[in-house]
Amino acid sequence: MALLQISEPGQSPAPHERRLAVGIDLGTTNSLVATVRNGIAVVLNDHEGQGLLPSVVRYFRDGRTAVGRDAEREQARDPKNIIASVKRFMGRGLKDVAHAENSPYDFVDSPGMVQLRTAAGVKSPVEVSAEILKSLRERAEESLFGSEGGHLSGAVITVPAYFDDAQRQATKDAGQLAGLNVLRLLNEPTAAAIAYGLDNAAEGVYAVYDLGGGTFDISILKLSRGVFEVMATSGDAALGGDDFDQRLFCWVVERAKLAPLSAEDTRLLLVKSRAAKEFLTAHGEARISAALSSGEAVDVTVTQREFQEMTQPLVAKTLGPTRKALRDARLDVSEVKGVVMVGGATRMPHVQRAVGELFRQAPLNNLDPDKVVALGAAIQANVLAGNRGEGEDWLLLDVIPLSLGVETMGGLVERVIPRNSTLPVARGQEFTTFRDGQTAMSIHVVQGERELVSDCRSLARFELHAIPPMAAGAARIRVTFQVDADGLLAVSAREATTGAQAAIAVKPSYGLSDAQITQMLKDSLDHARDDVQLRVLKEQQVEGERMLAAVESALREDADLVSAEEQGAVRAELDALSKTLSCTDHRTIRSAIERVNRATEAFAGRRMDRAVRRALAGRKVESL
Amino acid sequence: MRRELQRLKLDENHFQLFGVPARFDLDTVALEERYRELQREVHPDRFAAASQAEQRVSMQLATRVNEAYQTLRSPLLRAGYLLALSGVDPEFETNTAMPTEFLADQMEKRDVLTAAAAAGDWERMIALSSDLRLEQDALLARIARQLEAGDWAQAAATLRRLKFLEKFGEDIAAAEEDMES
Repeated sequence: MALLQISEPGQSPAPHERRLAVGIDLGTTNSLVATVRNGIAVVLNDHEGQGLLPSVVRYFRDGRTAVGRDAEREQARDPKNIIASVKRFMGRGLKDVAHAENSPYDFVDSPGMVQLRTAAGVKSPVEVSAEILKSLRERAEESLFGSEGGHLSGAVITVPAYFDDAQRQATKDAGQLAGLNVLRLLNEPTAAAIAYGLDNAAEGVYAVYDLGGGTFDISILKLSRGVFEVMATSGDAALGGDDFDQRLFCWVVERAKLAPLSAEDTRLLLVKSRAAKEFLTAHGEARISAALSSGEAVDVTVTQREFQEMTQPLVAKTLGPTRKALRDARLDVSEVKGVVMVGGATRMPHVQRAVGELFRQAPLNNLDPDKVVALGAAIQANVLAGNRGEGEDWLLLDVIPLSLGVETMGGLVERVIPRNSTLPVARGQEFTTFRDGQTAMSIHVVQGERELVSDCRSLARFELHAIPPMAAGAARIRVTFQVDADGLLAVSAREATTGAQAAIAVKPSYGLSDAQITQMLKDSLDHARDDVQLRVLKEQQVEGERMLAAVESALREDADLVSAEEQGAVRAELDALSKTLSCTDHRTIRSAIERVNRATEAFAGRRMDRAVRRALAGRKVESL
Repeated sequence: MRRELQRLKLDENHFQLFGVPARFDLDTVALEERYRELQREVHPDRFAAASQAEQRVSMQLATRVNEAYQTLRSPLLRAGYLLALSGVDPEFETNTAMPTEFLADQMEKRDVLTAAAAAGDWERMIALSSDLRLEQDALLARIARQLEAGDWAQAAATLRRLKFLEKFGEDIAAAEEDMES
């Protein structure tokens, strides 16, 4: 297994004419750094010969930090100042954090991302992640340049494929904060596919099932003559090995009939639960014993069967997105040649079993699930840095995981870029003004699969000013969404007739709730029918309101063109229409609109005649 | 690489960009091949170490190539694009006039779908899907002839029907997803 050769520190560094770049797997539980040396991807070890760096950061009162195993060991003793699984908080608000009540941290609810109060002050998840990245950067520089010192030319950092724009942006910010030149954000399953595909000269359709510490991704890729083309991706940005620990922890608390726990004891039992979970992968039962600070003693035994039963719902939660990805790729399981397993949590036998049953084949486990992502990232980093060797003419085509859209009248989402579009992608959409003389317009960008804005993740709002005053519907505002190869979005808008322009880079200010993002795709399936009904109703309501405003305005402008009798008839229909607007049956509204249309047909014709005559006379046709 | 960047023009139409004749009948294998060749040349991964200006151009071109590929490989989008090139608006939004028998047939199929979904009747769902595919294939063959003959108005009418059928296909898929969960 050539790809998994591990280098020792102190080995002679690579020749200096090459640009040295690294791949970093910034994981929920563990992080790694890898590079390509003599054409082979290797994980870079620390002084103790360890490749995995626990993603744990400790803050001291004097501002010093400790990262990794040292910090991890002390967790139960200093839980508020030792931050683990910070990836779960990236790009998220406090309300979005799952199990916040079971978490020992001192959260600070700030506008934007949640923050954590430590002995060294309030820290954002971006800063905590940057400490981990900095530690890996130093390890890499020491390993690659030795005592001479030197600089990395760049790094590829991996992210869960299902990360949204806010989470990706936060990750990139952390990389920059750590002094890294971020060459690319690479999706974790795609990184694994590169490592697997190049190592096995694989051709055909492969699925990558990636269950990490805190996130779940499923990607379907087509590997064909050096092109890695992602066909579809799906997942759950808040489901991972941590949740299995949490489930077992709750079981232990219940079984041992424990009173509410201190932060220290919570951390202690979570650590013990994780160790038991790992032990159960190869053993029939595990014992969990601990002496709590409260004086209570815990001593329970959990069997593999009990553990699997209590966590089976979590395993089942991965299968929905998996089926969804297959459907999006328009594939049957029989067309999938192999299923590559990634992430430490895929070691659990019941996960292996469930995946094997769904795909009707034994999953592929011949790569180290902890390291394959970092190795793939290193291979990509090497190529991006400009060290494309002979025969390295491969190309990666990845996709956007969640649809992007803008809010339109009535709280509906106008989808602009559908999920699973190949990156980079740009799409333009035209909008118009709703009222006469309207000079400003607010554009609300959302991400998600549902039809209503309130069910999607809000990414940003921006305003377009200085629209020249025109009749309602005359302005043509073109909004362009550009998503780059990192999956990051930029939006610009322009009024077509005057060129008035507004542009923003979407730096999202608040996070999706975990439940929200988990729910988004699922809901779009469960409620597909409700959504359509609701959407049709909303559309009719908007149409009805527009109709009322338009006819009222016409009656004011050209009152002399209608007889009193005709006006009475029109008013009666308008009244009827305005009464139907609050009803919940779209057909009632539609037929009221129809009646207004019929009642105003002749009037509209006369108005048109007058406008044409006015135009011929060289006058402005402003009320056409 | 640099040569390729200059040669590709943003203002070429999709067919010119891919170097294939502007016809509805298209060699999809050659199209995919050409797509990969183009992306190999222009994709941002090829310019990660280049200047910012080059990175920008690369992103624009790669975006352009993706857009063209998505349009050309979908028969529906390709037909619409051919009409647009000929200056014909398919009037998806405004022209909803359809032959009565077509509409009646569609209404009936929708009723069947609703009933099948409510009853969880997979066999009827599958039958609906395969009927739909046959109907789509027939219309695609028809639009190919119409586009070939330059009969734009007729082609636009066929395209509006195809669009209608596509929507029905989406509804079937949504109903199937509902039944699964």
